[in-house]
Amino acid sequence: MLVAVMTTVEQHSKHDKVILEAEFRNLMKRVAQNRDRAAFEKLFTHFAPRLKSFMMRKNANAELAEDLVQEAMIAVWNKAGLYEPGKGSVTTWIFTIARNLRIDRIRREAPMPLVELGDYDEASDDPPGDEVLARKQEDSLVSKALGGIPEEQRQILLLSFVEDMAQSEIATRLNIPLGTVKSRMRLAYGHLRRILEIQP
Amino acid sequence: MTPAHHLDHSTILAYAAGTLDESIGLVVASHLAWCPQCRAAVRAAEALGGELMEQLPDAAVSDGCRARTMAMLDGATLHRFPAPPVADAAVPGPLARLLPVANLDELPWKKKAPGVAIYDVKLSPTAKGQVKLLRIGPGRAVPEHGHGGEEVTLILSGAYRDHMGRFGRGDVADLDEDIEHKPVAEAGGDCICLVAIERPTRFKSFAARLMQPLVGI
Repeated sequence: MLVAVMTTVEQHSKHDKVILEAEFRNLMKRVAQNRDRAAFEKLFTHFAPRLKSFMMRKNANAELAEDLVQEAMIAVWNKAGLYEPGKGSVTTWIFTIARNLRIDRIRREAPMPLVELGDYDEASDDPPGDEVLARKQEDSLVSKALGGIPEEQRQILLLSFVEDMAQSEIATRLNIPLGTVKSRMRLAYGHLRRILEIQP
Repeated sequence: MTPAHHLDHSTILAYAAGTLDESIGLVVASHLAWCPQCRAAVRAAEALGGELMEQLPDAAVSDGCRARTMAMLDGATLHRFPAPPVADAAVPGPLARLLPVANLDELPWKKKAPGVAIYDVKLSPTAKGQVKLLRIGPGRAVPEHGHGGEEVTLILSGAYRDHMGRFGRGDVADLDEDIEHKPVAEAGGDCICLVAIERPTRFKSFAARLMQPLVGI
């Protein structure tokens, strides 16, 4: 399955990805400013199947997964005005909505505290227009970074981000020491950091 | 505020993935409220999460799900930007929500020894770890100890020093369990730390070791 996924991704050229993200931003703007249902439905068509796949990973049956997809997409509609293009891609923003929902709804017995990162940024942290443009390139860079991560690190990322497993659960599942899980995560992040050229 | 000591990158990834226990998550979220550099790191890690989600194989969504979602749009309301929290408040927002009072001085501190007091932060009953506020008097040393589990400490006020350097307000010590250290609070004022420890059984022994020379447990 993993091989199939990677082949599909490689078929997206860097250029396609930039165009796709620009299209998402445009749709988000129409949803936020004009309450445009057609624009929203296009976002639904792209993101709902991925969200369902994401939601089905942990303890969720198809019915619950669809409830969560619905809830996530309604949050996209409601919070469209809060999306800040300078802070990250639409895909990343929708991922955080899905992640928060999963923490809330599937693991609500002991929720992980979250902060709204943007709430704490100084006004000067907002990137000017040219940085927004640069940000559009970032998605293809993240994609590139992920493509260059060795399989044993990629596996840890999937178990963490998609399967929603804690580091200790991953260590047990793979029968490796906790320290190895952490060092693979550090290596994967280090790789991403080098490609994105961000500060330590 | 620009802290000098930051979160471990594996902690940044686990936070972005949403898989931290409530205990460690609380200290991490509190540090993030004060640290622009770690917020940027979390954003990058979240972008990785977005890409991983984007690459998942599609799961067919039923027509019913689409129809129900579209039908709910009319009743939905657009959220506006909420008033931003105070970024440089004495107590970071994620912690403030769990405290009964706004001012740390007014907490019902439990004195464990002269110059040392503890307050237990109340988490969900099913949280795996514990979070404690630790108030250490000026110049006092915490006995050398290892970490029998995951431990993350955020300095809320004052400062301490150990062999890794000086830890002041906003700094975080995100330590592996095999690291031993002997923090000494700086002279001049109390050092108040927010400490999360994920393995409660081991924490008891850590707490015992921590307090033994002070209270003679």
